[in-house]
Amino acid sequence: MAASAPSTAPDANAAAFIELRGIHKRFGKQEILCGIDLTLKHGETLCIIGPSGEGKTVTMKHIIGLIQPDEGDVFVAGMHVNKLKEREMAPIRQKVSMLFQGAALFDRMTVEENVAFPLLETGLRDKAEVKRRVREALEAVDLGEHLEKYPTSLSGGMRKRTGIARAIITRSECILYDEPNSGLDPIGSDIIDQMILRMQKRYGVTSIIVTHDMRSIFKIADRVAMLYRGKIHFLGTPAELRASSDPIVQDFINGRSDVTG
Amino acid sequence: MDAPAGLLIFTGRTFLHFLTYLGQLSALARELMTALRSGVWRLKLVAQQVVAIGYGSQAVVIVTGAFTGAVFTFQSYGKFKDFGMETSVGAVVSVALCRELGPVLAGLMVAGRVGAAMAADIGTMKVTEQVDALRVMGVHPVDYLVLPRFLAMMISMPFLVAESVSFGLIASYVVTSMGYDMPSAWYLTHLVDHTNMDDLKIGMIKGFIFGMLITLIACHQGLAAENGAVGVGAGTTRAVVISSLVLLIVNFFLSIALNYVYPIGTL
Repeated sequence: MAASAPSTAPDANAAAFIELRGIHKRFGKQEILCGIDLTLKHGETLCIIGPSGEGKTVTMKHIIGLIQPDEGDVFVAGMHVNKLKEREMAPIRQKVSMLFQGAALFDRMTVEENVAFPLLETGLRDKAEVKRRVREALEAVDLGEHLEKYPTSLSGGMRKRTGIARAIITRSECILYDEPNSGLDPIGSDIIDQMILRMQKRYGVTSIIVTHDMRSIFKIADRVAMLYRGKIHFLGTPAELRASSDPIVQDFINGRSDVTG
Repeated sequence: MDAPAGLLIFTGRTFLHFLTYLGQLSALARELMTALRSGVWRLKLVAQQVVAIGYGSQAVVIVTGAFTGAVFTFQSYGKFKDFGMETSVGAVVSVALCRELGPVLAGLMVAGRVGAAMAADIGTMKVTEQVDALRVMGVHPVDYLVLPRFLAMMISMPFLVAESVSFGLIASYVVTSMGYDMPSAWYLTHLVDHTNMDDLKIGMIKGFIFGMLITLIACHQGLAAENGAVGVGAGTTRAVVISSLVLLIVNFFLSIALNYVYPIGTL
């Protein structure tokens, strides 16, 4: 499938939905993030790329309050995320959901129970409605036939798609995807790209995708941020990324190994 | 660096680690109290844990209690006979089982069986990001993972202690009445005369407190797990070792404290 730009560009005048200001994060002696500034508008799709270990997932986890910054501020929908205590995060976590790199499915639950879990936790008790929405979410990721299976009996791709179904079922305003295409075959990868595009078109979902899959980026991203040495080294559209004359960017997108040197 | 300085640094670091650990346990206990007060108790999960903890631990607790009662009777009978006091064996075994052996041995067995399972379960969820997934879905891990186990342990432990004591006494009775020529009426009369409700209360209170400590220590190790399978394994081992040692140490001070409330030896 040829790479194509998403059809719905975000409204340039829309207010910032997510804002990271001067984020610094250190684990032990290693400084992972050295001042990240990033703003995302409602309905925008941002891909975060960069060499492994540069803090892409760490950046994403700051947005949903799983990690607190050492310095800097995180705002989501006007709420100051890093000023909130764990028990005060509920309003943010109703707006933002996340697909983890390993899907993080609950081992003791079936596919159906995993996907239904966030709905039940929001207090929805209508069993028929829960069943209908679970089926709808699983069909969106082509897993409608696997309701009764446990995560251990699923392939890597199926686990990931179940994780996506769980992330989309609450119809959050924003979904964070941590390497949704890793370990998937090209068709499985395309199914996920199409689903991300569908979520954006149909529900205006804001998406942040950490990925190494350059084909996906050119298919789904409105903007691309490249993390390098703890900072945002490049921020622009996929076309600008492709046209960039920066050797670090070019080495990365063309897969030349001296990028991390 | 000379040896005294090295020793001082080592001692200081160990003490700091100990204080940090106590701080983390206190923070978890505080979160647990917040979860308790929230009133969202997820009774289905509590029931599942009661089955896993209470029902699942019965065999191990019964066997431990029974054979401890039997061997204690066997060893003490010979010595008591030297003084012509063999009829008192039932009383001694009963008080010892109710006040000390029942709760401590049940606690140690539960620390090994249930504490290890709790730390491994939660630790695996932690290193596979399932705990983070709960948080992302707006579910506090303490509410979902710790509170049901804590409530189930509080329900189960007194029953497990009671079972351990009961089967210890039954085994003791079988040993004295079948292994020796002592009339069972003597054994039972002394047992009933010298065992009172206070002895039983002490056993139950200890079981209850041990249950809380085991849950807190094991869940903390699970939630603190890092570094994949190696971290889960290390956390599981620590959960069993720390909870067993804490249980024995706390038991000593608890015995002294409870002896003020329910004194022993006043008939």
